[in-house]
Amino acid sequence: MSTTYNATDPYAGSRETTEGRVYTVTGGDWDQTLGTEAYGEERLVVNMGPQHPSTHGVLRLVLDLEGETVTKARVVIGYLHTGIEKNTEYRTWTQGTTFVTRMDYLSPLFNEAGYCLAVEKLLGIEAPQRAQTIRVLVMELNRIASHLVALATFGMEMGALTGMTNGFRERELVLDLLEEITGLRMNHAYIRPGGLAQDLPEGAVEHIREFLGAMPARVADFHKLLTGQPIWQARLKDAGYLDVTGCIALGVTGPVLRAAGLPWDLRKVEPYLGYETYDFEVPTADTCDAWGRYLVRMAEVNESLKIIEQALDRLEPGPVMVEDKKIAWPAQLSLGPDGMGNSLDHVRHIMGESMEALIHHFKLVTEGFRVPAGQVYVPIESPRGELGYHVVSDGGTRPFRVHVRDPSFVNLQATAAMSEGGMIADVIAAIASLDPVMGGCDR
Amino acid sequence: MTGPGDRSGEDAAIGATAPSGGFRKGAFGVSGTGDTSGFGGLVRVEPGGAVALHSTDRPYGGYFDEVTDALIEAVGQATYDAAVQRVLVDRGEITYFVAREHLLSLVQALRDDEALRFELCSSVSGADYLDSGGPAAGPDRPRLHVVYHLTSMTYRRRIRLEVAVTAEDPHVPSVASVYPTADWQERETWDMFGVVFDGHPALTRILMPDDWDGHPQRKDYPLGGVPVEYHDATIPPPDTRRSYR
Repeated sequence: MSTTYNATDPYAGSRETTEGRVYTVTGGDWDQTLGTEAYGEERLVVNMGPQHPSTHGVLRLVLDLEGETVTKARVVIGYLHTGIEKNTEYRTWTQGTTFVTRMDYLSPLFNEAGYCLAVEKLLGIEAPQRAQTIRVLVMELNRIASHLVALATFGMEMGALTGMTNGFRERELVLDLLEEITGLRMNHAYIRPGGLAQDLPEGAVEHIREFLGAMPARVADFHKLLTGQPIWQARLKDAGYLDVTGCIALGVTGPVLRAAGLPWDLRKVEPYLGYETYDFEVPTADTCDAWGRYLVRMAEVNESLKIIEQALDRLEPGPVMVEDKKIAWPAQLSLGPDGMGNSLDHVRHIMGESMEALIHHFKLVTEGFRVPAGQVYVPIESPRGELGYHVVSDGGTRPFRVHVRDPSFVNLQATAAMSEGGMIADVIAAIASLDPVMGGCDR
Repeated sequence: MTGPGDRSGEDAAIGATAPSGGFRKGAFGVSGTGDTSGFGGLVRVEPGGAVALHSTDRPYGGYFDEVTDALIEAVGQATYDAAVQRVLVDRGEITYFVAREHLLSLVQALRDDEALRFELCSSVSGADYLDSGGPAAGPDRPRLHVVYHLTSMTYRRRIRLEVAVTAEDPHVPSVASVYPTADWQERETWDMFGVVFDGHPALTRILMPDDWDGHPQRKDYPLGGVPVEYHDATIPPPDTRRSYR
């Protein structure tokens, strides 16, 4: 079958009808439409995302391609912007926890801890020792879960689907523990200004110990599955190169910076919550590429297991909320016949025994506590790098301004530096090795 | 009924959203009607609101004096005096309030000087102190603050720079040429606060859609919520709810 081309329009033949001109779009070969000389300078602009299984969330990439080589990589974000920073300005200081936990949804407990540390610094208070130890405990559990998702999505984006299913399977173990401790798998709102929402439930310590026993074998399985695999190595090695100079200029922190050789971990260099008293290493690599970042994350899982074990060993009975009744949330949650809720003892106390307790409860829950005016910046080491909370108070019951320096947001700026000049397939490896979480990036 | 003791009109003039600085009324943080305690007439004046207006005298304590001395040596006493309007040490953190004309030379010295070495620009963001100075402050008050958090990885130190500009002339030089990481963070500050960073390579919106009107994080940005019915009660939008300060 032969195709005739319209002299004026190479793509579509046309004919006149009573309804107007009708075009018939036909196929054809590129040499017939463009001529052979066009092959030499083929510049293709490819839009990737925002809905794409390999872009790690609702991230949009606009790639200029010469053949398979990326000449320009532009990143478009904002698809998950929900105005969380603004929202916190219309809630009490305690309610702020429930908002910030939803930002970086893979590391909710880090968001809560950073926010609460900032509020506590403004208040000039410190959580009790037991609360601090449990914070470290749940944060390191969370770090393992987050790194497992990083490895799982890494596997999926590189085409190693068993890596994905294994990663999510192992992460489920952590989520079960976090559900037992906090009541929720994600978005816990467990860490509160002044301490914790509740103490560890009975049996939690034993279950965490069981997890600690099971996890090293699972990490070893990961190494067996992926680390020695030639395809995995070929996809990751030399992909997404970024050295220390580039990292610091672009503000990149976390495993990406450590994979470039700089052992910069805020838990070591600016310790908080007593991290200086725990014995753990800061894993580094000197490859500056996706392969090094993979190895650093794997090693950090093992270091987190060590920290969790030490935290369990030093758990002493005690309060998990500050003594000050003007700040401490009045009610502890407890498990009733219809699920988790306010403790019945507390309800009986305020409804039947003490008018003052009722007023106190009402004032603290509806009005909240006041925080002296001022501003602080509190950085902590999240699984993705420096998570900074810049919190301003005007002396009222609500935050005046909460700004989150989210590592996903800052790290994504490195996409162009890591991808331009490389192959299009390496763009996926580069972004996956940054492990951005768009919920945190867009806030 | 309006009488000499009735202050509801005055409260309404302040607006449904409580003022975020300047003064505080009553004993219980309620704005509008509803304070039946008899303390509703109390007025406590807080000149700065969220902004602390005082400054700290030397010595600042800790490494802050070393940083300040090194900064003076790097840029010269005359430039330092012109650039740094005041210094505030609060809760173990130091803030330099910087005149925008000198911001670029200051951060260049902070990054490059051997005794300073603030290699990492951790965070650039903004804050809108709309009512700072109280209702008496004119429209030319420098309400928009750009806040820079710098980190020295060599010396493990952190400082904060703050530049204040008015909403009518919201221009601040871009530090993206010194700290490339400020690129997106300045775009976010432009997007959210409408601060124009002169010299930025491509100052476009980053979180909001390109055709968005206004800058949502400003304190006078209308939220535009609607009342929601829930369990037979009507819940007003967040900015018109009864709130406590």
